[in-house]
Amino acid sequence: MNRYVNTFIYATAALLIISCGGNDGTVNEKSSRSVQYFPNMYESVGYETYQEAPEDLFKGGIEAQKPVEGTVNRGWMPYEYEDSNEGYASAKANLKNPLPYTEENLATGAELYNIYCGICHGKNGNGQGHLVKTEKILGVPSYADREISQGSIYHVMYWGINYMGSYASQTSIEERWQIAHHVDKLTKELKGEEPRAFEKVTEVVEVEEVSQDMMDTHDGESHDQENHSSTDGE
Amino acid sequence: MSTYAQDATTSDGEPAVPVEATGGADAAAGEALFKANCASCHKLYKKAVGPALYNVSQKYDREWLYSWIKNSQALIESGDAQAIAIYNEYNQTAMNAFPQLSNQDMDNILAYTDTPKQVAAAVVPAAGDAGTSTGGGDSTLNSIVLAALALILILLVALLFVVNNTLKRFAEANGVVTIADEEEVEARRPIWKAFVENQFLVLVSAIFLLLASAYFAYGALMSVGVDQGYAPVQPIHYSHRIHAGTNQIECKYCHSSARESKHSGIPSLNVCMNCHKSIGEVAAETYQEGMDEYGIDYNKEIEKLYAATGWDPDEQKFTGETKPVRWVRIHNLPDLAYFNHAQHVTAGNIECQTCHGPVEEMEIMYQYSPLTMGWCINCHRETNVDLENNGYYEKIHEELSKKRGGKKLTVADLGGLECGKCHY
Repeated sequence: MNRYVNTFIYATAALLIISCGGNDGTVNEKSSRSVQYFPNMYESVGYETYQEAPEDLFKGGIEAQKPVEGTVNRGWMPYEYEDSNEGYASAKANLKNPLPYTEENLATGAELYNIYCGICHGKNGNGQGHLVKTEKILGVPSYADREISQGSIYHVMYWGINYMGSYASQTSIEERWQIAHHVDKLTKELKGEEPRAFEKVTEVVEVEEVSQDMMDTHDGESHDQENHSSTDGE
Repeated sequence: MSTYAQDATTSDGEPAVPVEATGGADAAAGEALFKANCASCHKLYKKAVGPALYNVSQKYDREWLYSWIKNSQALIESGDAQAIAIYNEYNQTAMNAFPQLSNQDMDNILAYTDTPKQVAAAVVPAAGDAGTSTGGGDSTLNSIVLAALALILILLVALLFVVNNTLKRFAEANGVVTIADEEEVEARRPIWKAFVENQFLVLVSAIFLLLASAYFAYGALMSVGVDQGYAPVQPIHYSHRIHAGTNQIECKYCHSSARESKHSGIPSLNVCMNCHKSIGEVAAETYQEGMDEYGIDYNKEIEKLYAATGWDPDEQKFTGETKPVRWVRIHNLPDLAYFNHAQHVTAGNIECQTCHGPVEEMEIMYQYSPLTMGWCINCHRETNVDLENNGYYEKIHEELSKKRGGKKLTVADLGGLECGKCHY
């Protein structure tokens, strides 16, 4: 009888070994990091982006901080229209797109639109994005049903409106204007209007110049003089 | 109600049909209109940007509702006390004007807003039943097949046993001595002694043991500093499967800085709130799936997000009490290597999935690639650079392709193997 027991044990062991050979395509998940060899060369001495940091040095104990009050990031320009109904109306009437309507600007705008806006507003702006079709987010209007100008488009991207959040943290000034061009084009298509002719640009327009132009044109109706002077002083 | 309906027909100059329609307004048509026009700011049973609309038709005079929906701003400007009160109660948020809606449309919408809340408890178990019964069908079939197989195996074992016994009895009867008996008869030599005496066996097993231990030692050493498969538990259970897979949200929607900076960026929570301001709980099926397959209550996870951002879903307001989320970093290159996302995503046009794997299928995010130097170098050797529409390298591309006789250029040809590219 001993022999049967032995046979049984060997058979089971063989089965176990065979069953260990998994398919090689998968990555084995683990919940801890592996050993590091010479951690001094692995771990940064300085604080890395988003790293936890001492509470007494960094507000909230996190490395990522907002710019100090009264300062701005490089390339960032204060936006002068307030987040209010008046600000919206004023932006709609006065704010103009500083970027020329060129093929490149439109292409970049379309690409960014499909990342940030199309998911709700739909690829052609009719308010039928994937999230709307699957009823995750409801009530997204078609651009055809709204009276919008490039100024109001930019304003809404910057501040958000009702349930739409602000996209100021995900896009730059230039990118928002490129998207505004694309939205304008979609609106014209939806309303069946004539498409706008591309502009010819002879010189390259730099972003900073663009922002500066924007500032200059709206100097007169600046709501926020304080902000303004702080950047002028540089 | 009926007097009012007559008013409406006379003012619109329509035939008497709508009078009836007011009574039997079409809630289904109203639902479609509500979802297309109103749902961006209103919910039925919960306060949102605007008030909850359940039973709103009972609260206000219908004529007043018509003029409010058509153009609320005009109504406020006309000095209507009720309108001004609502406008002020909701932080002077201007409601969009809906001149395109006819009175009939509005009646339909109001009929829809009058539908009482369905008890969710009645819906969820039904969905759950359906799920288990279909799932159960599969598993019972499987277990029947397995049971049948097991039965056959047991029968085979029993058969062999019986055959063996019978043969043994025959052997005994014929006076044949089986080997087993012979061994038992002999004074038994221990098996290890027999093993040691057999030099060939000793040699073979020694070589085998050495090879095996070398194999495992090599594996262990090669995994030093490699975190492939690292899947830590995150403070908020965020499912890439739902967001990037089911909902088809672009990677760069949340990781926007991957386009233009070294880091792909952990999205700040305002990006979550772009959608989750209005999505306070997941759909019933999604909830059930989370509970059944992953043991996760997705709604609780959204509550964690609300706690971190200080969003009060009842008041629909930020309280200002925020606390950062302690996300656990997964992909971490050692400090001695430099990597830039923008270089790969924007200039190189590499898909995120090339390095991060099928993120849109990952319920729990894990490190897909080994992120070792060999892995980087291999890709730099194999990847052809897209020379079209790339103004940045135009000149260098031209000269290099001339030199190489128009052959395709890999990243390595552009200096992608230089030490100083990544280590400095």
